[in-house]
Amino acid sequence: MTSVEPAHAAPPGPEQAPSATTVTTAPLTRSARPGRKNRDWLHGLLMSAPAVSGLIAFVGVPFGYAVVLSFYNVRLGSPLAPSFFGLEQYRRLFTDPDLSGPFLRALLNNLTFAVVVVPLQTGLALALAILLNRKLKAIGLFRSLFFMPVVFPMALVAVIWRLILARSGQGMLNSALHAVSFGNWGAFDWLGDSATAMASIIVLSVWQGVGFQMVILLAGLQQIPGELYEAAELDRASRWQQFRHVTLPGIRGTLVFVAMLTSVLSFRVFDQVYVLVKGGGLDEDAARTVMYQAVTTAFDQNNIGQASAITVVFFLIVVALTLLQRRVVRPGNED
Amino acid sequence: MNTSTSPGVIRRPLRRFLDYAVLSVLAFIFALPVLYLFMGSLKPSDEVLNGLSGFLPTHLSFDNYTAVLDSLNSDSTGYIWRFMGISLLLAFVVVTGGLFVNSMAAYGLSRLKWRGREAVFTLVLLLMLVPFESVAVPLFYMFNGQRNTLFIQAIPFIANAFSIYQFHTFFRSIPPSIEEAARLDGAGPWRTFFAIIVPMSKPAFASVAILTFLTQWGSFLWPVLMVSDPSVRPLPLEMSVFQGQLPPDWGQILAFGVLLVLPVLIVFAFFQRWFVQGVASSAVKG
Repeated sequence: MTSVEPAHAAPPGPEQAPSATTVTTAPLTRSARPGRKNRDWLHGLLMSAPAVSGLIAFVGVPFGYAVVLSFYNVRLGSPLAPSFFGLEQYRRLFTDPDLSGPFLRALLNNLTFAVVVVPLQTGLALALAILLNRKLKAIGLFRSLFFMPVVFPMALVAVIWRLILARSGQGMLNSALHAVSFGNWGAFDWLGDSATAMASIIVLSVWQGVGFQMVILLAGLQQIPGELYEAAELDRASRWQQFRHVTLPGIRGTLVFVAMLTSVLSFRVFDQVYVLVKGGGLDEDAARTVMYQAVTTAFDQNNIGQASAITVVFFLIVVALTLLQRRVVRPGNED
Repeated sequence: MNTSTSPGVIRRPLRRFLDYAVLSVLAFIFALPVLYLFMGSLKPSDEVLNGLSGFLPTHLSFDNYTAVLDSLNSDSTGYIWRFMGISLLLAFVVVTGGLFVNSMAAYGLSRLKWRGREAVFTLVLLLMLVPFESVAVPLFYMFNGQRNTLFIQAIPFIANAFSIYQFHTFFRSIPPSIEEAARLDGAGPWRTFFAIIVPMSKPAFASVAILTFLTQWGSFLWPVLMVSDPSVRPLPLEMSVFQGQLPPDWGQILAFGVLLVLPVLIVFAFFQRWFVQGVASSAVKG
């Protein structure tokens, strides 16, 4: 999560699979008596009205508006009235050399980010969860320590890592490398070099978000019945065999869920890229993401129509991932 | 919670020692950036970016904190208490308003029987699919006239589909006999909700509150788009402005960072249990 999200984590986003929990909630809700029904209609509607109308106003309507705007040539602060553009914005995004360059680069960067972060962060979170799934004194303290970065706002995480990755020989990472290499390495511009810019963003995002995934996996591990391990012990299964044949099958569903959640969150990466590009010497081209592209197009270039088209493409990708998540998670749910 | 199984724990005390050793080393590496933040905030600026000695506890003082409070206390740079107050106010409005409307909606959608509630709930689930990022640009365009207001920073985030979903899940696990008893005593749905359901749903309220607070406190994308005036600027946005100053004063920047994260760390320390439970239960069943 990257946000992480969860930091941003991102903090935890609203795309958790809805199917997920409804499966387990089947208790009887048949309590209404015939005489009550009429009034329940009114009360139910009144109770849900404030939140539902808020959602329609601030999520539903703007989303529809994004689709509409993407068919127009709209510029903020321009004296020209918006003109109908058809699919021109989309055509430009994908084929106009000036516009499609940065956009396709952003898409590629997002893809790279996701392809690296999803296995890396999920694997790390699983390793941590297994390490922390013990009855040791002070285990709670360790769990909180690994979880702590999740509560850090991404804007702050970016600043801390800006110092750690600073390009001068005095940066934390550079001086550590200097020390261990007897002075052969040092002074490398981690954020500014196009080869390491994305890697830097990945490292700080994983650091911030891994605790979130860890907690979810830890809860999954604790649902595996202890008898399974005892039986495996009796069969003289090695630690590795226990992991392969008890642990992994036991948390398969959770693991898939975490991986999918991470992939959706990883597409939303924005805060750290924005902070570091605007004030931290991050290589813009190597690190721009789709959201960064949408914001700079809308905000710096005042090109609302183009930005809306980016937004719609972004949404389609996220929905595809979410739907995929729901499909993959469901069958794993039964065990 | 603690039904963990670690085979062989009793047999091998050495193993226990190794567990501690591995965990300690990992935790130390993991905590380094946080340590660096706190240590650096207490050091003179020229010693923060000074190689590995940035960790050494020499010349510690609270000068950076007083300097941040001083430098951010003028008409030209803005007022730190104001940024802090704005962030707190926004968090308060979004969290309390959100708890109120979202829990109520979830109750209406999960425990009251009425025609059309399935349709409304499906709509909520569909809207849950839409990440905020994908409506940020049109919202920005729609509310361009309300830029730099407090109103526009809070209102769009009160209603939250994911919070409704979390409450919905929790409410459906409450046995219906409790409501039947209340109804026999003559309580209507509103009274049943506020006097009975709400008090017994503290864990759900706590975990939704904490998740909402975290998200709102760190909120960055929306202020970037909507806020340029320092008088309504929330903390994380000011943090990114402050760290971009030239030449950067690292000691002060880190002190500012501590001021930004301290409120969440305090909240986290107090409500950790609910938080972890909330995150875990919202996901594990999936």
